[in-house]
Amino acid sequence: MSAQLHPVARTADALVDVRNVVKTYKRDTQELTVLNGISLQVPEGEFVALMGPSGSGKTTLLNLVAGIDRPTSGQVIVAGTDVAKLSESELARWRSRSVGFIFQFYNLIPVLSAVENVELPLLLTSLGKRERRDRALTALKVVGLADRSSHYPRQLSGGQEQRVAIARAIVADPKVLVADEPTGDLDSRSAEEILALMETLNREFKKTIVMVTHDPRAADRAHTQHHLEKGVLAG
Amino acid sequence: MAVPISYNIRNVRQRWQVTLLAIVGIAMVVAVFTVIMSMSEGFRLALRATGRDDNAIIVQRGSASELTSGVPLDQRNQIIVDDRVARGADGQPLASWDWVIVISAPKVTDGQPTNVTFRAVPPRAYEVRGGIEVVEGRKYTPGLDEVIVGRRLTDRIQGMHLGGTVKYQKKEFKIVGIFTNDGGAFESEIWGDYDVIGALFQRGPGSNSLVVRMKDPQDIPALDRWIRDQPQMQLQALSERKYYADQAGPTAGALKGLASLVAIIMGIGAVFGAMNTMYAIVAARTREIGTLRALGFSRTSILLSFMMESVFLAVIAGVLGCLLAFPMNGFSTGTGQTQSFSEIAFAFQITPPILTIGMLFAVVMGVVGGLLPAWRGARMPITTALREA
Ligand SMILES: Nc1ncnc2c1ncn2[C@@H]1O[C@H](COP(=O)(O)OP(=O)(O)OP(=O)(O)O)[C@@H](O)[C@H]1O
Ligand SMILES: [Mg+2]
Repeated sequence: MSAQLHPVARTADALVDVRNVVKTYKRDTQELTVLNGISLQVPEGEFVALMGPSGSGKTTLLNLVAGIDRPTSGQVIVAGTDVAKLSESELARWRSRSVGFIFQFYNLIPVLSAVENVELPLLLTSLGKRERRDRALTALKVVGLADRSSHYPRQLSGGQEQRVAIARAIVADPKVLVADEPTGDLDSRSAEEILALMETLNREFKKTIVMVTHDPRAADRAHTQHHLEKGVLAG
Repeated sequence: MAVPISYNIRNVRQRWQVTLLAIVGIAMVVAVFTVIMSMSEGFRLALRATGRDDNAIIVQRGSASELTSGVPLDQRNQIIVDDRVARGADGQPLASWDWVIVISAPKVTDGQPTNVTFRAVPPRAYEVRGGIEVVEGRKYTPGLDEVIVGRRLTDRIQGMHLGGTVKYQKKEFKIVGIFTNDGGAFESEIWGDYDVIGALFQRGPGSNSLVVRMKDPQDIPALDRWIRDQPQMQLQALSERKYYADQAGPTAGALKGLASLVAIIMGIGAVFGAMNTMYAIVAARTREIGTLRALGFSRTSILLSFMMESVFLAVIAGVLGCLLAFPMNGFSTGTGQTQSFSEIAFAFQITPPILTIGMLFAVVMGVVGGLLPAWRGARMPITTALREA
């Protein structure tokens, strides 16, 4: 419903439309401009890699796209919604329906089992208990962990944890997946599996993916690569 | 939609060490708080019942207690025939004159000597003083070396039982009865015959104090004025009940003050302790809070979730604290009564209001202890919360 509150014309068919975004952090009296007039369009169904040196603002940009941060100026329009115009609670609802999060350190809730972790986003929907559980199990099946549904995060390997996190990211069927160094904490084999899984999600489930990575091999899996350099896009 | 309760239950269970720490901390405070409150309540009860409103007690002006007061015989005889003094069925004035001394007797617990009031009263005392009831044995026989002892003494002082003896000045008095006084201070005393024991005290024909039943309690001030107008009398008349309340007043007041003080200090300490524990519990979960918020859970639902968890812990701690305190209920003990130098025994009284206050106390600690750190976690920017270890 909030998506209809602030309709914005899309440029071409960009699902993610970042326009002239500036992000500054105030530290004491100092102002730090992390993003300096960024514009970026991600068409629906794209798989985009954001690269760049440490501190260049990749995570900052991703957080803006994901709606957990707001730009100092400029617009971030995702799936037709101007994220900056939503109130705190509207934004929270919007995130729960529109964005799937994949973190570097998985961010699973340690006291909840795999299937309970995956089910979390569905608690924010009107689905019944049974339906939620079914969908969570389906999502686990997609990531190949149906047999680990009752395991707790500490009983899983890093790669498995990240797969549970991916299941959680897709369970509410959001249009966009944001991933901040999803393979950053994994060995190369696990990283390979995760990247393959993300490719599948992009290809077969039509998920639009924005991924921040340092790893050139990971970036190669994406269709498009963008390079951030000191707060501006370079090539 | 709310954060699932299973999340809280699992957290409580899986982090049981910290949970236990928080619970034990709060439980201890509630227990001590309850015990102190019940002590204060028991003390209040012990003193409340002493004396009657329609009795006047006549003591020496300026004396701090009955022990240091003196009422000469001739003055006593003048006062008890006053028109305002009620008379018994036999037409005699309803008056009782007491000699009061303090003897030393060994405690049951450690055998250490403690002060016990020994009161010599005329047989009329039963009628004049209110609420005296012999619950075991019988009254002492006037003229014999017999005494009755207050029930509170029986389990506190060695040898204070039916058939036992009280020793005073090489003389032995047989205990022929146990009496109660509606929980009043007389229950901590030994009573014997004025003529027998009074003589033994070697104080002459007077008494320490004089108690008279008033026809009309409103007349006590008038009686007092009349007494003060007699140049030879260094006496005053007061309401008996008020007199005993004042006797215990400073102690009861001090005890109450102490109770509040200790409770406040412990409360502050425990709130900080509990807050510290809760803070640690929540701080360890800051990234979880960030994750939950990123997923779309509202601040309110997260705050509520953590509040529920800490209040739940606090309620358990409160119940535990009350249970810890409960064995003290009815437990009798004594305290040095400053003015008369003797012990007043009293029982710890854990009443429903005290338990309620103890529980409330626990819940408040839980709310305060849990709210602040949860508030912090829910207030900080999601991006900051996600970056925390
Ligand atoms: N909340 C904040 N307050 C102040 N400064 C911040 C904040 N978040 C990020 N920064 C600063 O913004 C700059 C960009 O940070 P960002 O996390 O976007 O970089 P990054 O490209 O993701 O780096 P890395 O590859 O190391 O993850 C850094 O200099 C960082 O210190
Ligand atoms: Mg980063």
